Amino acid sequence: MVDAPGRLLVVDDNKVNRLLLSRSVEMLGHTVTLAENGRIALDRLAEGGFDLVLLDIEMPEIDGFEVLAAIKSDPELRDLPVIVTSSVEGLDNIVRCIELGAEDYLPKPVNKVLLKARLTSCLEKKRLRDEQRTLLGRFATQEVARDLRETGFSIGGRRIEASVLFCDIRDFTALSEDQRPEDTIELLNSYYALMFDAISSHGGIVNLMIGDGLMALFGAPKPLENAALSAVVAAREMLDMMAAFNADQQMRAAPQIRIGIGIASGEVVAGYAGTQERASYTCIGMTVNRAARLESHTKTVGCSMLVDEGTYLAVAEPSAGTRLAGVAFKGFSEPLDIYRLA
Amino acid sequence: MSAPPVDTAVLTDLQDSMGANFAAELVATFLQEAPGMIADLRAAAAEGAADDLRRAAHSIKSNAAIFGAEPLADIAREIEIEGLRDGALARLEAEYARAAEALKDAADG
Repeated sequence: MVDAPGRLLVVDDNKVNRLLLSRSVEMLGHTVTLAENGRIALDRLAEGGFDLVLLDIEMPEIDGFEVLAAIKSDPELRDLPVIVTSSVEGLDNIVRCIELGAEDYLPKPVNKVLLKARLTSCLEKKRLRDEQRTLLGRFATQEVARDLRETGFSIGGRRIEASVLFCDIRDFTALSEDQRPEDTIELLNSYYALMFDAISSHGGIVNLMIGDGLMALFGAPKPLENAALSAVVAAREMLDMMAAFNADQQMRAAPQIRIGIGIASGEVVAGYAGTQERASYTCIGMTVNRAARLESHTKTVGCSMLVDEGTYLAVAEPSAGTRLAGVAFKGFSEPLDIYRLA
Repeated sequence: MSAPPVDTAVLTDLQDSMGANFAAELVATFLQEAPGMIADLRAAAAEGAADDLRRAAHSIKSNAAIFGAEPLADIAREIEIEGLRDGALARLEAEYARAAEALKDAADG
């Protein structure tokens, strides 16, 4: 038996080899799915859920080299370990497998001790990679995690058109002073859960959380058809969710939360900033500053959502907002026309 | 052809590590499948299909090695690498007949 059984796909066009290999693997405590050629293998892999592939090379139609190449060029499958099991002649063929990204090569007939050692080591590596992936997803948002997986990590940014949303809680300090710290954290967690849901369901990513404030990006790293509209729709949903949340809080005589949202659209520089040791996906530029100022200005105006002209024009519903002309903001030489949407 | 058609040590090892029942089932599967593989080989030779010839020889080679049928595996390997020479097809068929006989005996015994 093994510590951590895996789900394996055994690919071999030869029946005797298939039987022997699957039996050997099952005796080690793993579960096996069989594929008798390359095409079936790719179909099974598309269904997902495998931890490792044992792959034969000599097969009609789609051979092992092609299956290997297909696995390694698919972002969803790229990390899946592949062990080539073959009695293919010639060192150059083995080298080719390794170059194509095979984890290892086991000559046939497969030595059972070697098989056990290779499977254990590969499955352990796979488990660590999956753990990393989960952690990355927890700290970096799905889109950034995918971006990292696909394009790798490099410090530096690029110019893109995006919408930036800032949101924070009104008088959060006063609110937290009246409660136990545990209750404050719980309140914050509920707030973040709702905000994340609204933002990500409209294609945005939360890339910054500070205390009770957050910054979200729409249109980066994944392009959106109309980033400004997505941001505004998400903001409306955030406000709706807070209204529902507050109604619930009121029934339980618990404190309510008021939020303010600022949205600006335009050019930003987005990318990974920091050092090789510690970095985050972020974006900077005047658009970001504008969004921050707008959010802050909601307190002055006493409203819930302010957007800049770029956002307002992209949303294209002129009747829905109130124009506030010529508002002066710190750090901006010219006064700005802004719009109150809620 | 002085070498025994099947190295019984390899076969015994297979029985010990995989269980006698499974080993017998595997031998039976090979005896079922092998005539088809040899037919593929013959067809590929007749059509001059080099890739198919190499693949069929490769399958026979890898299966023969599982059961310790080394002389059969050697001829199959020769065909896989060098193609058909010196009556290789006839030699392979004769050697398969010997190996099949020995495997049946071992399974019955």
